[in-house]
Amino acid sequence: MSHATEGAPALSKVHRVLSVNGENHEVAFDPRKTLLEVLREDMLLTGTKHGCELGECGACTVLIDGEPKLSCLVLGLESDGVDIRTIEGLAQPDVPHALQTAYGELGASQCGYCSPGFLMNASALLARDTNPSREAIVEELGGNICRCTGYLKILEAVELAAQRLRDGTAANGGSDV
Amino acid sequence: MMRLPTFRYTAPKTAAEVAEILAGEGPQASIVAGGTDLYPNMKRRHQTPKTLVSLRHVEELRGVQLNGAVSIGSNETLSDLEDNAALKAKLPALWTAVQSISTPQLRNMGTIGGNVCLDTRCNYYNQTWEWRRAIDFCMKCDGETCWVAPSSDICWAVNSSDTVPVMIALGATFTLISTRGERTIPALEMFGEDGIDYLTKQPDEVLTRIDIPDQGSAKSVYRKVRRRGSFDFPVAAVAARVEMDGDEVKAASIILNAVGPKPVVCETAVDAILGKKLTDEVIEEAAKLAGKGAKPLDNTDHISMWRKKVVVVETKRALEALAQ
Repeated sequence: MSHATEGAPALSKVHRVLSVNGENHEVAFDPRKTLLEVLREDMLLTGTKHGCELGECGACTVLIDGEPKLSCLVLGLESDGVDIRTIEGLAQPDVPHALQTAYGELGASQCGYCSPGFLMNASALLARDTNPSREAIVEELGGNICRCTGYLKILEAVELAAQRLRDGTAANGGSDV
Repeated sequence: MMRLPTFRYTAPKTAAEVAEILAGEGPQASIVAGGTDLYPNMKRRHQTPKTLVSLRHVEELRGVQLNGAVSIGSNETLSDLEDNAALKAKLPALWTAVQSISTPQLRNMGTIGGNVCLDTRCNYYNQTWEWRRAIDFCMKCDGETCWVAPSSDICWAVNSSDTVPVMIALGATFTLISTRGERTIPALEMFGEDGIDYLTKQPDEVLTRIDIPDQGSAKSVYRKVRRRGSFDFPVAAVAARVEMDGDEVKAASIILNAVGPKPVVCETAVDAILGKKLTDEVIEEAAKLAGKGAKPLDNTDHISMWRKKVVVVETKRALEALAQ
């Protein structure tokens, strides 16, 4: 074990009230933890995935006040007072988001590890534009990497979900997200 | 798994408070804005500040004022600038540079001040602590030798900012404050000669504002070379500004970045177009001279000889765009 991976001994825990998926949670955690680490380790919300840890892959994307951000580069202790949305909050009870339905139908998940990040990022895009061009989808999802190389099906799934949101045939458009 | 090292955290509400804390803490403190450059570096133990001074609550450093001139608060996020239609119309080259930085998620987090102060980058530096230990570290951090130029006295880590070359070309100034007072410097003077001391900003100073003078009839362009169109630092970048008098060049600026520790001012290339029409021959000659000013080493993506050649091509394309 090198000093580099262990760091200095942890300080006493900090307490924060975090608003995650519309509910306030009082959480105590090591003050050096990122939001990603707090979500996964202290709140057991493991849907948000731990990828590169350096802002290069998009696997840890969550919505903060509606904007897609990388939870691996946000401190947990500065995540109070904002609205945090994770993949666990994307579906309504028993009703998947239109993106999740389209993902399933088209096989846009291969190994699935990148999916939560892609879905959260795409949900923010569709929340402001239900008719994005292919070019706009590619641009918006440019910060999410899929190492199964399943990009085409991902793009098609976002387009199918957008189509259903426009037609009003989506069971859950994620209007509360 | 890479955890952040321990730190003390403070988030004051005014720039004056930031300056006071920095003055008290000394060089062991670090400002953090978006965190998209600093936190990865802290995880890899490039920097281990004892105190983080966050700008997240410093509202006075946000906002953009557009009159004839443009004044941008250092804490403005890159996506807010990207969404600013008036800025896009007034300074399209700067907007192009902002829009080309990293990804939508990172632009939602990162700030324009952070892009100005971006740490220099190198294949031998931007690695984990364990990787760097395996090569006995490098001159920029924890070691002695520059692995890309082992006989070198200076560090060759690369200035990889997209917005900096445009700001220099547009004649921007930076305003810095500390408890010692306020100073405003031409953009170029912000940057040091080597990859370690790459900023002349002192540890107790805060970058508060970027001011860009009225561009009048001058036109500018930014061109960036990278491997992936969606997401990469530049491996070569050209910012060019031309002001015409009739069909002759009255004033010009050509700035390269990502080819060395400091942005490169192409004086001989500018001399080759001043007072002339931007004909194909004039552009060709200026582009060749710009290429001579670029001395990239093999410490970024793509091989250095190709990057040197592509500087010529991109300068040519930049001037061709301005000639139209």
